[in-house]
Amino acid sequence: MEKPLTQNIRPGEPPPSLPQYEKAGGYCAVWKALKEMTPAEVINVVKAANLRGRGGAGFPAGLKWAAMTSLEEAPAPRYLIANADEMEPGAFKDRYLIEGDPHQLIEGMIVAAWAVQADVAYIFLRAAYYPGAERLTRAIAEAYEKGYLGRDILGSGWSLDLHLHTSAGRYLCGEASALLNALEGKRAIPRGKLPRATTSGLWGRPTVVNNVETLCNVPHIVNRGAQWFLDLSVAREGKRGKDGGTKIFGVSGRVRRPGAWELPMGTTIREIVEEHAGGMREGHRFRALLPGGASTGFLVQEHLDLPMDFDSPEGAGSRFGTGTIVVVDDRTCPVAMLHNLEHFFAQESCGWCTPCREGLPWTERLLLGIESGEGRPEDLELLEMHTRLLGMGKTFCAHAPGAMMPLETGLKHFREEFDRHIAERRCPYR
Amino acid sequence: MLSEEEREAIAQELEHYRDPRAACVEAMKIVQHRRGWVSDDALAAIAELLRMSVHELEGVATYYNLIFRRPVGRHVILLCDSVVCWMVGYPAVREHLTERLGIDFGETTADGRFTLLPMPCLGSCDRAPAMLVDRDLHRDLAPERIDAILERYS
Repeated sequence: MEKPLTQNIRPGEPPPSLPQYEKAGGYCAVWKALKEMTPAEVINVVKAANLRGRGGAGFPAGLKWAAMTSLEEAPAPRYLIANADEMEPGAFKDRYLIEGDPHQLIEGMIVAAWAVQADVAYIFLRAAYYPGAERLTRAIAEAYEKGYLGRDILGSGWSLDLHLHTSAGRYLCGEASALLNALEGKRAIPRGKLPRATTSGLWGRPTVVNNVETLCNVPHIVNRGAQWFLDLSVAREGKRGKDGGTKIFGVSGRVRRPGAWELPMGTTIREIVEEHAGGMREGHRFRALLPGGASTGFLVQEHLDLPMDFDSPEGAGSRFGTGTIVVVDDRTCPVAMLHNLEHFFAQESCGWCTPCREGLPWTERLLLGIESGEGRPEDLELLEMHTRLLGMGKTFCAHAPGAMMPLETGLKHFREEFDRHIAERRCPYR
Repeated sequence: MLSEEEREAIAQELEHYRDPRAACVEAMKIVQHRRGWVSDDALAAIAELLRMSVHELEGVATYYNLIFRRPVGRHVILLCDSVVCWMVGYPAVREHLTERLGIDFGETTADGRFTLLPMPCLGSCDRAPAMLVDRDLHRDLAPERIDAILERYS
């Protein structure tokens, strides 16, 4: 089984230096793209590979790149940004890639920047990833020294500067348009959907924002081609899903061996949780899981054979999200867990739009009331009302709708637990 | 107000952006790294340097949970309270920390040694529960491991 993204990663060891990375075939994609391919050809191969965004939304990277306003209409400066603001509770895949093989991200960014003809690139890194910041700083310096960054890269006449920006907290900075405000030194509130960043992004210039894992896939697609990438995913009965490639899947929670693994896109939840994470820890039974972090809906026993690709969890009322699975056992109170989740979302709301700013703390208080034995039957109706009023399309960005996914599915799957809390006027788990 | 060293470090960051205000988060972090927090005077000096109004910069500063606008202890403990840590042991770790230090979230020990703050997911869910002390990540936490970790920070 091919593992292109993690082939150089040795957990517990320092990441490959630039010479080591090159020896393993690194930076070949920069040579190939700049020497043999036009930017349009790079975009076309990424489009053909159907590389979808690994940050949670799943938007095809090639289409995003193709939407970038043309160089004729909008010459320099143009920007490419790696979204490394990983803060989704349950997600730790980008940290793994950044710390394990920083040059892979930088190579992906150079190739992506060539494709969209960007002049300046930023890595927007969350503050708490200190080892990642150190490793990226060293790797960026190495890449400048070797001439992969800076002026006239490989004699192509094209120049690219790459800077590391480290943030100062707050989940919402990972929302692509809020990230642009954060990078401009403003409060990180989201921007309106239009104009798109590819037309008017950072400082009003054409800008592409891609997730770390998405960018890490780019060199391999350029080196090996779209068909190779598509063939990496799981085939069932001779047929493949439309999503190609591998995925860094993570499992955390009450399992024997929490961790992250690079597996074919479309691997079933059961295989990831039972084989790779070793199943439930001794004395704990499976109750449910969040397939892709805190902002995805609960899945239960009947969903374990679903393939983990972009569309399958969605069919079951959830979302693929970041592909990092949080497993919940039968001894964890689902109401208390939802309170923890909504506390997080309420705290991390930027406060810009009213439903999110007012609604999330309300759901948090309702859940705390139920958990503390003060819940009333009508509280469940209020919670359900919030799942509608804070749903997709009702708020400025996807923060509150994401927060409502575990709540909506939790109310459905754990209804009896809610009723017991209210009827017994206490949490039965305490 | 700002030292020569701070000004130089900020000037380096300015080179990365076409608009000086874009360096404001880095500038506040530079000052905070040396002084522990960002005082009103420091904030005003940074605003002037980056040609922002004090209120604009305050708006940015107060957005971020890791820009401190009040003094903190010599060491800052950021304990992850997100869902995975919560599920696998955060409550006991928090209880031990608050008992041991005699402070709750948002407070600083009387000797000025530690400030304790809650922190959203640290991306260490595979080795939960986790906390940062200053820039050091501590994972697989359990109450009985806490005292030995705290001893490393004087």
